[in-house]
Amino acid sequence: MTLPISISAAQGAQVKRPSRYLRNLNSKIASIPMVLTAVVVFLGGTIWTILYSFTNSRLLPRLSFVGIDQYERLWSTARWMVSIQNLATYGILSLIFSLTIGFLLAALMDQKIRFENTFRTIFLYPFALSFIVTGLVWQWILNPEFGVQAVVRSMGWTSFAFDPLYDSDIVIYGILIAALWQGTGLVMCLMLAGLRGIDEDIWKASRVDGIPMWRTYIFIVIPMMRPVFVTTLVIIASGIVRIYDLVVAQTSGGPGIASDVPAKYVYDYMFFAQNLGQGFAASTMMLLTVAIIVVPWAYLEFGGRKRG
Amino acid sequence: MNIRAVAAVLAAAVAMPLGAAQATDLEVTHWWTSGGEAAAVGEFAKAFNATGNKWVDGAIAGSGGTARPIMISRITGGDPMGATQFNHGRQAEELVQEGLMRDFTDLAQQQKWAEIVKPTSLLKSCTFEGKIYCVPINIHSWQWLWLSNEAFTKVGVAVPKNWDEFVAAAPALQKAGLVPLAIGGQPWQVNNLFSVLVISIGGKDLYQKVYADKDAAVAGGPEIAKIFKAADDARRMSKGSNVQDWNQATNMVITGKAGGQIMGDWAQGEFQLAGKKAGVDYSCLPGLGLNEVLTTGGDAIYFPLLEDEAKSKAQEVLASTLLDPKTQVAFNLKKGSLPVRGDVDLEAANDCMRKGLDILAKGNVTTSTDQLISQDTQKQLEDLMAQFFASPSMTPEAAQKRFAEVIASAD
Repeated sequence: MTLPISISAAQGAQVKRPSRYLRNLNSKIASIPMVLTAVVVFLGGTIWTILYSFTNSRLLPRLSFVGIDQYERLWSTARWMVSIQNLATYGILSLIFSLTIGFLLAALMDQKIRFENTFRTIFLYPFALSFIVTGLVWQWILNPEFGVQAVVRSMGWTSFAFDPLYDSDIVIYGILIAALWQGTGLVMCLMLAGLRGIDEDIWKASRVDGIPMWRTYIFIVIPMMRPVFVTTLVIIASGIVRIYDLVVAQTSGGPGIASDVPAKYVYDYMFFAQNLGQGFAASTMMLLTVAIIVVPWAYLEFGGRKRG
Repeated sequence: MNIRAVAAVLAAAVAMPLGAAQATDLEVTHWWTSGGEAAAVGEFAKAFNATGNKWVDGAIAGSGGTARPIMISRITGGDPMGATQFNHGRQAEELVQEGLMRDFTDLAQQQKWAEIVKPTSLLKSCTFEGKIYCVPINIHSWQWLWLSNEAFTKVGVAVPKNWDEFVAAAPALQKAGLVPLAIGGQPWQVNNLFSVLVISIGGKDLYQKVYADKDAAVAGGPEIAKIFKAADDARRMSKGSNVQDWNQATNMVITGKAGGQIMGDWAQGEFQLAGKKAGVDYSCLPGLGLNEVLTTGGDAIYFPLLEDEAKSKAQEVLASTLLDPKTQVAFNLKKGSLPVRGDVDLEAANDCMRKGLDILAKGNVTTSTDQLISQDTQKQLEDLMAQFFASPSMTPEAAQKRFAEVIASAD
């Protein structure tokens, strides 16, 4: 409660006892369509989905409730478990690697190198491509008959084997490579912007104190870049949960179901299997996963500010 | 004066039929996009355009799995097309139940569809509560093993006469760097391959018990264990296929890079398009050379309920065009499938088609899995088979256990 009161106290000098609901009336009216969209489309759609996930709807939504049957079936389905594992592997690794590689690239870029603009463009360029294009390009690169494996073999190393997209055990890493290639450039740019925001005097001071460069980065610069890291984290995390098109373009979930992800399961069961109930149950679980990650984070991030 | 009158009469004579037919655009959606399929659907378009209407082609690439969701969402979303392909069976069941599809019972009685459509199970699959909702247009059967004569000649082995000989010949092919059995990566391919193994190795009764009666005890029993052993063989033989679409796999057989492929009779369209001759360049073994039983699934055209009267009229014209004997022959020759009416003359039919017609005439037929189990169950089986065929570490026993579970909860 401290925040609104302090604001109204500041404005209280000009306006006498302003009603909190009537302030900025114009902008409030202007935002009504957006508020309606949010409530009806997002909230309404979410509630509708959750409600129908407790029914046995097949091709068309029907309100005949079956309790938690759909969820029981979901969690006993091998394919769903595979897709959850894939999402976890992909998510953790892509978080670690894109942050590390992105930061390293940015730090290297920050050494006042020549042709920085050129390099920045090259690294950021893949981000301009859609996931579908990225997926197709990497499908070709990783294809054993045309891609990396064929090139290395043609140079004489005939026993060389590298075909992640056709090996169930490592296929998810093939997708990870493509995702990193596409997304690291953006992370690098965000980090670079963060690095440029650090005051030059801090570097000078640390040099005067004789602190090695790597220690300056880890103990001084990175803690100062916390807001940049948080933003980057949110962008990467949202990309991880909605991963779908990259998988479809690269492997369509194959070989078999080895590179399946939750979003693909939802789509397949809603439309191919004509089982809406099952698809809704799976998408509700996805929402729950996001909520488990986002809610504590949002509480820490935004809840903390009020206290301070 | 006289000439004018004649001219007027002529003009009227020309204008009348056109006016009566009322050239109407009718969009037809389908997933016939491979070379042979596109050529076949062109025959329908030609025949329909000849009636004075206009066939608007709505081809959706990426096989039925991709196309069906698009079609269904268009119909349920209030933007129905003029007509659309489905496999006859249970794919459009709920759309019919909801009253979104047009009832063609009157036209069917008028044109005596019940008498001309053979086998009768096809029309039965179009029937819901005594009313007819679709036009069957061809008969497709899954139980075919296509073999490349070239591949076997190359390694010096006689072209196999049945599945067992084929399995025995596999090591020789592998040694020569060929893939014995080409299988595409799409899940429906391996799922149907399995059902082919069930009916061809296990026989019609076993197939009925599993897919029609959904008997979980049989599905977990020793007879199906034998089928999973065969599937294990197929899995080993397919190693190195590395293709996705069925026609890419067929192409491996056409070019002699693979020994054979288990695929429905539509594969024949590809062989024909490539200019290959049945019996010379390639061989076909219906029922894998063991049990010559064919499932008679196939394609049907469904007609969404439309408000536009002119379009509804055109739907009727299209329905009769599709069943016209001449159109039936032209379409099915290019498609590699069999016509739905027994009274047409297939003079131009090749070796393989004749084999199929013979089996059909003998009545060695049964219903396809599309007609027996729901899409939901079908998808669960697809997931299982896709996983089994892609992961060599999965044992046949483990796969069978899950197969029995799916069959137990099947509908």
